[in-house]
Amino acid sequence: MEIVLAFVIGGLYAAAVYMLLRRSLVKMLIGLALLSHAANLLIFAVARLTRGRPPIISLGAEDLASPYADPLPQALILTSIVISFGVMAFALALAYRTYRTTGTDDLDAMRGSDR
Amino acid sequence: MSLVLILPIVIPMLSGVSILLAFRSRVAQRFLSLAGTAALTLAAVLLLAEVSQTGIRVDRIGDWPAPYGITLVADLFSALMIVLTAVIGLAVAFYSLVSIDQRRETFGYHALYQFLLMGVCGAFLTGDLFNLYVWFEVMLMASFVLMALGAERRQMEGAIKYVTLNLLSSALFLAALGLLYGAAGTLNMADLARKFASLTDAPSQGLVTTLAMLFLVAFGIKAGLFPMFFWLPASYHTPPAAVTAIFSGLLTKVGVYALIRVFTLIFVHHTELMRTVFLTLAALTMVVGVLGAVAQYDFRRLLAFHIISQIGYALMGLGLGSALALSGAVYFIFHVAIAKTALFLVSGLARQLHGTYDLKQLGGLYRSQPWLALLFLVPAFSLAGLPPLSGFFAKLSLVRAGLEAGEYVSVVVALAVSLLTLFSMIKIWVEAFWKPLPAGSAPASSAVKGWLAPIAALALVTVAIGLGAGPAFGLAARAGAQLLDPTTYIATVLAEAP
Repeated sequence: MEIVLAFVIGGLYAAAVYMLLRRSLVKMLIGLALLSHAANLLIFAVARLTRGRPPIISLGAEDLASPYADPLPQALILTSIVISFGVMAFALALAYRTYRTTGTDDLDAMRGSDR
Repeated sequence: MSLVLILPIVIPMLSGVSILLAFRSRVAQRFLSLAGTAALTLAAVLLLAEVSQTGIRVDRIGDWPAPYGITLVADLFSALMIVLTAVIGLAVAFYSLVSIDQRRETFGYHALYQFLLMGVCGAFLTGDLFNLYVWFEVMLMASFVLMALGAERRQMEGAIKYVTLNLLSSALFLAALGLLYGAAGTLNMADLARKFASLTDAPSQGLVTTLAMLFLVAFGIKAGLFPMFFWLPASYHTPPAAVTAIFSGLLTKVGVYALIRVFTLIFVHHTELMRTVFLTLAALTMVVGVLGAVAQYDFRRLLAFHIISQIGYALMGLGLGSALALSGAVYFIFHVAIAKTALFLVSGLARQLHGTYDLKQLGGLYRSQPWLALLFLVPAFSLAGLPPLSGFFAKLSLVRAGLEAGEYVSVVVALAVSLLTLFSMIKIWVEAFWKPLPAGSAPASSAVKGWLAPIAALALVTVAIGLGAGPAFGLAARAGAQLLDPTTYIATVLAEAP
């Protein structure tokens, strides 16, 4: 399962980089979204996959039995999903406004601030 | 729980929220903004006094013991950075009152400004890497909106570049965090330092170096290091002068702070490789930044390239890694943030007077505004490193550290870049202040008394930490010593667990 996930993450990163290098504003934003998904999945995979072992101490036991799903990375992912959701919403609004202001979605045409 | 550690985060939050609640009244917003930053300054000074007297302060949020809960930590470096944030925040808040137009104020400028300060303070105080990521995002989100607020064409183009590259850096930071957690099983910085100190076998060394490089790239983009700085001169000159000033004073410095924190605490295996990487990057950052600046004829773009160049000096201090070099870097960051902010405020005033940032169309400011000319010269000479101003002592300590370490190339580069810095400052002086106003340019407009006060305050701080370099550098030296020997930091964070 880890192997499959590793390939998925690699594919996501490749797709994200490809999209980021496009000239179209919207495609670049899709690249950013993919990039944050890839990072989230990476955290999930690095924390090691365990099936059906919730981190709950069973009745009568003193400790957690050893292979259990680490809850912390999932909390981290949850936080970062929320953050990237907010940031993407802003980025989309910004892209729309930029399109309205400049009349183009071609990044090569946005050189006004470079001069 | 100690209040003094939480105040620098809570005060901007409360003032930001109350400004939002007072959105109907512009007067109330302006008053709250000033009151909030003034209170923040007070809290920052209290924190610095406390940390300098009693040593490193730790606060566990919700009383969770150290490696599990989120800890706030203030050592001298953090406390100094908080004071820096507060001082610059207060000066620019004043400047915003006179310089920001009513439309931006109505659309939440002051509230965003407070949230930006909250994010910056949080990033300086946290002792947990994931928490650092969260504070970065708070800070970035506020800065994104401040950058785009107003929606002028150039602003939107700049904001797109700024947002994209900063989000890219955040995604890299997040990935590095994930891998770090996989390798060490903790994200508390002190705990990480302890765990990484015991990883000495070859395969885990490779992993550690990989992680270190990921963090270097992620923070390097934020700090504006050599191959990753292109977003900065493409965006920093587009928003109003007050926004540029606060960004230049604080945001890149947060990146440098994170670099210094991570590479003095966690990735301390100061191999020759890391040293070479840092010193090379530092030299290239200095040179490329200053060459970019020399070529510019736009007041703010010239200064924006200087931000990059100056980041190189701070990184050089980190690369040399001796006690003197680290203290020099701390002192340098403090000095350069103040001088830089003052210069951007001067550029905003020049624009207010003549309606342009173009140096070719400016002129005659020395004749029409002699006080402004003086207030430009102080931070400009300080930036170039002329004694007895603060920049001289900052560069002196870095150069001395370089000579002691035998890194002559870095020293020569640092000195040559200083000369070019002086040259580009003289260029501004000649173009904007000395030469007569070119025919066809708009003559100087309205009275500008209120604009001068914050610039004068920052110039005074520059003079004060230059003339009082003894005690000021003493403080930086103690901060540098704490950075060099993190055992106290680690022990204070971890051992006090109840």
